[in-house]
Amino acid sequence: MTFLGRRGVLLLLLLAIAIVLPPYFGTYYIRFATQIAIYGMAALSVDLLLGYTGLITFGQAALFGVGAYAAGMLTVYGVTNAFVAWPLAILISMLFALAIGSLSLRTRGFQFIMVTLAFAQMVYYFAQSLRNWGGDDGFTVPQRNHLGFVSLADHATFYYVVLALLVLVVFVANRIVASEFGMVIRGIRDNERRVAAVGFPPYRYKLVIFVIAGGIAGLAGALMANHAKFVSPATLSWQLSGELLAMVILGSANSLIGPILGAAFFLAFRDVLSDFTEHWMLFFGPLLVARVLLVKDGIWGMLLRATGAGEVPTAREVDCPELMVPAPDSKPGASP
Amino acid sequence: MSEFLLETHHLRKAFGALIATDDVTLSIRKGETHALIGPNGAGKTSLVGQLTGELKPDAGRITFDGRDITDLPTARRARLGLARSFQITSIFDSFTAEGNVALAVQATEPHSFRFWTPAERIARLRHPARRLLDDVGLGRLGNLIASRMSHGQHRQLELGMALAIRPVMLLLDEPMAGLGIEESGAMSQLLASIKGQYTILLIEHDMDVVFSLADRISVLVGGRIIASGTADEIRNHPAVRVAYLGEEDDELDADG
Amino acid sequence: MTLALLLEQLFNGVQFGLMLFLMAVGVTLVFGIMRVINLAHGALFMLGGYFLMAALAWTQSYALAVPLALIGGALVAVVIEIVVLRPLYRRGPLDQVLATFGLSLFFNEAVTVIWGRESIPLSIPPFLTGSVEIIPGAAYPIYRLVITGVAILAGLLLYLLISRTRVGALIRAGSDNREIVAALGININLLYTLVFALSAMLAALAGIMMGPLLSVEPGAGDPILILALVVVVIGGIGSVRGALVGALMVGIFDTLSRVLIPLVIQTNATSALVGMAVYVLMAVVLLFSRTGLFAAHRG
Repeated sequence: MTFLGRRGVLLLLLLAIAIVLPPYFGTYYIRFATQIAIYGMAALSVDLLLGYTGLITFGQAALFGVGAYAAGMLTVYGVTNAFVAWPLAILISMLFALAIGSLSLRTRGFQFIMVTLAFAQMVYYFAQSLRNWGGDDGFTVPQRNHLGFVSLADHATFYYVVLALLVLVVFVANRIVASEFGMVIRGIRDNERRVAAVGFPPYRYKLVIFVIAGGIAGLAGALMANHAKFVSPATLSWQLSGELLAMVILGSANSLIGPILGAAFFLAFRDVLSDFTEHWMLFFGPLLVARVLLVKDGIWGMLLRATGAGEVPTAREVDCPELMVPAPDSKPGASP
Repeated sequence: MSEFLLETHHLRKAFGALIATDDVTLSIRKGETHALIGPNGAGKTSLVGQLTGELKPDAGRITFDGRDITDLPTARRARLGLARSFQITSIFDSFTAEGNVALAVQATEPHSFRFWTPAERIARLRHPARRLLDDVGLGRLGNLIASRMSHGQHRQLELGMALAIRPVMLLLDEPMAGLGIEESGAMSQLLASIKGQYTILLIEHDMDVVFSLADRISVLVGGRIIASGTADEIRNHPAVRVAYLGEEDDELDADG
Repeated sequence: MTLALLLEQLFNGVQFGLMLFLMAVGVTLVFGIMRVINLAHGALFMLGGYFLMAALAWTQSYALAVPLALIGGALVAVVIEIVVLRPLYRRGPLDQVLATFGLSLFFNEAVTVIWGRESIPLSIPPFLTGSVEIIPGAAYPIYRLVITGVAILAGLLLYLLISRTRVGALIRAGSDNREIVAALGININLLYTLVFALSAMLAALAGIMMGPLLSVEPGAGDPILILALVVVVIGGIGSVRGALVGALMVGIFDTLSRVLIPLVIQTNATSALVGMAVYVLMAVVLLFSRTGLFAAHRG
């Protein structure tokens, strides 16, 4: 997937908007954009699993939350240097991902969804039980991390650091999905049976991408702890996992950029609607249903098509052996 | 060293009351093309599943090149040199034809935990893939997305992918399935050209192809091997004529 | 920890397990027959409680309110099935998960619009208050006994329905082969709607019965749904027997661990361990059998 031509221009345009627009509109929008970038990163990690590997995970919020807790706790303990704290947060999330993944990936389809959900709940209960860390209420993080001499207390500075990290993550993720490893992953999504038949043991490759995605989610979590200066079990909820999935689908799965746009859409939707009513979820639920039932494309896919910049390759329906009932007029899932 | 490459020993598999594989002992010689024929429902799918590792036998053993592979997972068997093509096309829909074969070529490497270089630009994967596409007759179609290929092209791709992993044995599950006259002829020629280079277990319904290619034939009916021998022996075997072909002697007599 | 107390907790565990069974059997039926993953199932549990409360306020009679609440749940289910689920039958798990997730978000918010965000306490029906001495020295609440009995009855009726009636035979046939049932001229759409409504009524029933014990609030169904899903993973997808065994295991294990673990381990981690116990059980079962204890046979 090379970034050339119209698609490249479109991406540069989006990047330019991200760089220039928020500060023009003021602090509130800078913070809003920061939130988009953070959730976009988390949603991207879900897309690596969903769009590229065909794994429907309802547990990514757990890894996001682990990163947040790790960064928050480290700050409270005095480890405030981002160059130390953030890699540590990533490492800890990767370890959790390794633990959760090694058990969950033994299952497929429906069971995998449920098992990831269940393990995420375990982490959630664990966080709730941490009396010294506020239990269900969470705890405030006294200060943001700093980059050596550079303080991140200023919202604008922090935003650009987050944005830079997001761009880096997109770049690295893109290399990964285009590499030999990425080919195996995509092969697993398209046809896991075939992947095994040519000689790749699928389990280990799935585990590795699961850990990588966990690390990215953990980084996003650490950034969230910095952004909100507050950490609570809510960041671990399965609702958040579901919302991340929704962001990926709304934005276009299997695209890396789509999830970021999906995050922007979700947060904007919430922001705009909650000015009118506290019951904005009443509209989001049906919106999600409508997207699944009626709309074939996500935002990025529509954007590419509208500008003639190509298409998002529609990934084959994700693997679920129990659902392989041959139906005469079945069509592949329209959503990704 | 045994003359047999793949052997099953008293293989048995039952699904509840249905006995899909009933004491199957099969021996495939190195270098031979061995056909497995039988009516629908005879248990070919279950047998193939057990040979490839997707199905666990209830009893019995499978040996490959002297080595017991009964408990080995599918991927390990592929790495030992047992390649298969699928009866119902099983490819990577979103990849190009060349990408499909290249991924199979990639599988021959010790591992694929390389995360940086774009796979599309790796010559040691793409060049052999292109050559293989030529070999199976898909030379010009390398850039076609697999999901947009025709059924016949899919069958060719299936074969290409099986060949790409540099196997010693091919398990071909109905390679002619769904092919028209011309395509069948081309596939038949293709198979004839690779015969001898690999040990082949060919599962087929197309009798012309079976009799023209097979060195030996085994007949599977109701989960049991009721006969095994050369083409002539099978042609004249009374149990086979009755069980498999019924009254249709014409099929067997067709090419004399 | 006296024996009486232990027995009481054991009974609670069985009772909770039976409630979970009502939920889990719905999930497993819907998935086994219609191949649909329904994350909105928890919402139906929650709506059971809310409908009971509303029907009580309206009719002041349990005799009327309970059936009304059940009918309400069935109606909601029918609408969901026709509008959202039918297009999803041919689709994959992702579409189903997201669409039903969207539904659950909607319902959780919808009840706050109508009834507010606060949790609403429901009292135990006056004619069912009090306790009974089932074992000398141990008094057990009548209400819990009654709902246990109702759950067992519901389970029996379900069993009879599925194994002894024509409809049940169709349900079982539809599970194995949709096309054949359709080819027989049976209206498969109607059959599916029926199955879904049935599963929803079971969930609503569980919600109605648990209402006075748990209290009615937005999102009340979610933790129950998750436990029901754990039950299905443990018991095996598509197996009613598995749902029963799994539900009893989870119910008893969860209830007992909440009581026993704090006795053995007294640290800050206690409540975490208690919450996690069921998932550890699930992990152990999975290590033992990848598809659960009674996975329905897919040849």
